[in-house]
Amino acid sequence: MSLRRLFSIVLKELRQLRRDRLTFAMIVGIPTMQLLLFGFAINLDIRHLDAAVLDQANTARSRELVAELAASQVITLRYQLSAPQQLDDLMREGRAGVGIVIPADFDNRLERGDRPPLQLVVDGSDQVVQQAARQLAAYPLARLRDPAAAVPAGVEIVNFYNPERRAPVNTVPGLVGVILTMTMVMFTAMALVRERERGNLEMLIATPVSPWELTVGKVLPFTLIGLVQVSLVLVLGQLIFAVPIRGSLLEIYAAALLFILASLSLGVFLSTLARSQFQAMQLAFFTFLPQILLSGFMFPYAGMPRAAQWLAEILPMTHFLRLIRGIALRGANLADLWQEMAALAAFSVVVLGIAVTRVSKRLD
Amino acid sequence: MAAEIAIQARGLSRRFGNLLAVDNVDLTVGRAQVYGFLGPNGSGKSTTIRMLCGLLSPSAGAIEVLGLQVPQQAEQLKRRIGYMTQKFSLYEDLSVQENLEFLAAVHDLPRARARTRIAGLLQRYWLTERRNQLAGTLSGGQKQRLALAGAVLHEPELLFLDEPTSAVDPQSRREFWDSLFQLADAGTTILVSTHYMDEAERCHRLAILDQGRLVADGAPRELCAALPYAVWLVDCAAPRRAQQALQDQPGIVALAQIGAELRVLAAREGWDAASLQHRLGDCGIAATVRRGEANLEDVFVAATQKPVRPAATGAAA
Repeated sequence: MSLRRLFSIVLKELRQLRRDRLTFAMIVGIPTMQLLLFGFAINLDIRHLDAAVLDQANTARSRELVAELAASQVITLRYQLSAPQQLDDLMREGRAGVGIVIPADFDNRLERGDRPPLQLVVDGSDQVVQQAARQLAAYPLARLRDPAAAVPAGVEIVNFYNPERRAPVNTVPGLVGVILTMTMVMFTAMALVRERERGNLEMLIATPVSPWELTVGKVLPFTLIGLVQVSLVLVLGQLIFAVPIRGSLLEIYAAALLFILASLSLGVFLSTLARSQFQAMQLAFFTFLPQILLSGFMFPYAGMPRAAQWLAEILPMTHFLRLIRGIALRGANLADLWQEMAALAAFSVVVLGIAVTRVSKRLD
Repeated sequence: MAAEIAIQARGLSRRFGNLLAVDNVDLTVGRAQVYGFLGPNGSGKSTTIRMLCGLLSPSAGAIEVLGLQVPQQAEQLKRRIGYMTQKFSLYEDLSVQENLEFLAAVHDLPRARARTRIAGLLQRYWLTERRNQLAGTLSGGQKQRLALAGAVLHEPELLFLDEPTSAVDPQSRREFWDSLFQLADAGTTILVSTHYMDEAERCHRLAILDQGRLVADGAPRELCAALPYAVWLVDCAAPRRAQQALQDQPGIVALAQIGAELRVLAAREGWDAASLQHRLGDCGIAATVRRGEANLEDVFVAATQKPVRPAATGAAA
């Protein structure tokens, strides 16, 4: 491999990139837009669900309970009911997502502790509401039995919804993975196919350029771009959503670099399958979806069926998510997470190896 | 003689699925020659050139270029050849200068050498003023001069040009061919494909390809001389009617109206001025017939109608 040739390809790529305004805009635009979208819109903290209360006990304790549940802000009390039938109607019409039914013998049940002292009626058609109900159900009712032992109610509830439960804290580090997957795979796949589509490849393969020089030279500039994107997301995440970085910043970059390498390898591989830039983009999206869905970014890994977990183990994003969440949120270091690093490295080597053997210097 | 041969191919074939794009072609190209490939679109010119550069592997046959076996030694060959693709294949979003700098680096030209070489080529191909312009914004003729500059930057011994003038005006075509002869005079072997007769006529030697087969090859003048048909020029008041009268006669190979004249390509036996005049007279057409000079177009028409191998070719090969 000649360094001069490699450098000339990198230089050429950077010059072309500088003139390609659309790609240039996407490098900055995609991370910013996604950060804002995911940070603000995908908020798994549920607040202000419309609720109805049927308080058949109407004692001091029952009223205190209702007031505290309302203070949690998970629910907003909209309806005070007097008959169970009303609750049925409200739920069916979709006007209330949660119903709190307090039986007449509430105080008794609370004292004896043998039967559930209250019933939460939940709109099961909405997954989000179900999840919220689970939060409510965890409410420490026992405390009501012995008011003297209780910490002031307000404090208790604030602790329950502790700041660590804010969604952006979870999503933003993961977002680094999403953005890199999306841009790195797509950019490289398209950049390599573009060369073929525009006929440049036919000229290039008639020169002494080797497949390795061509591939590495085209991929190197994107590594740089990937690191810029990582920085952008981390800085914006810190400024807008106050996402903490508890571990070492250097280690985050090391993990990101390895993940970029894995994504670029995938991009190079896809470029050898695609005939046009359009196909390259389609293929990139084809690999993008499973990475987003199975990596644990959208849905918890633990909840997936065994087969999906195996598939997830192959995907580089699964490992990167564990790395970045571990380092950024739990303050772990790379030594703790060496297996994830090893998995990323193995993925890169295998996929890039297959890809380069496919970057043939022939037209047939 | 052997040392003077740049390209030698034997039994060269290439199949794409069911299509036989190149069919058992034998070629010999001498050094410092301008060798032309003449043929209609789809006749296998590009495929043959790609196989000779080592970009495509042949389905059958043996190739030796500059003493190297192709495609086995293609990588060594690539340092010694230049290839100008049919479609402009430099980077449209790089400037003229940047394109040439890139190619110089790719060919491992030492920096100082690259600088003087690029300056010299820009000068020679009238691109000095355009050197900071993006290649995509050049005119057809300028693009093609840039492509030629890129192909000869590393001073290759052998230059492959695939229809270099297909998107260029006549003035630029003439200038371009002048540059080719300049290169040939300096010792470069040039293999150039074209579908223009006037360009083919300027080549030292010529191969005519039709549907993947080599149907004639030799020097343009030899090919004309070896034509087994005679050319007759019919001067009459109604050339179109004369054409109809001769259309399906046995021994008439081709008819073409050129201005007010009808150009007839006919078998040497069976037809002469008198018999043509007689035949036209039978159809009520008064005509004068005189002998014409065979040109490459006649050779091409005759060759692509049915395979002809002039004796001269056999002797040369």
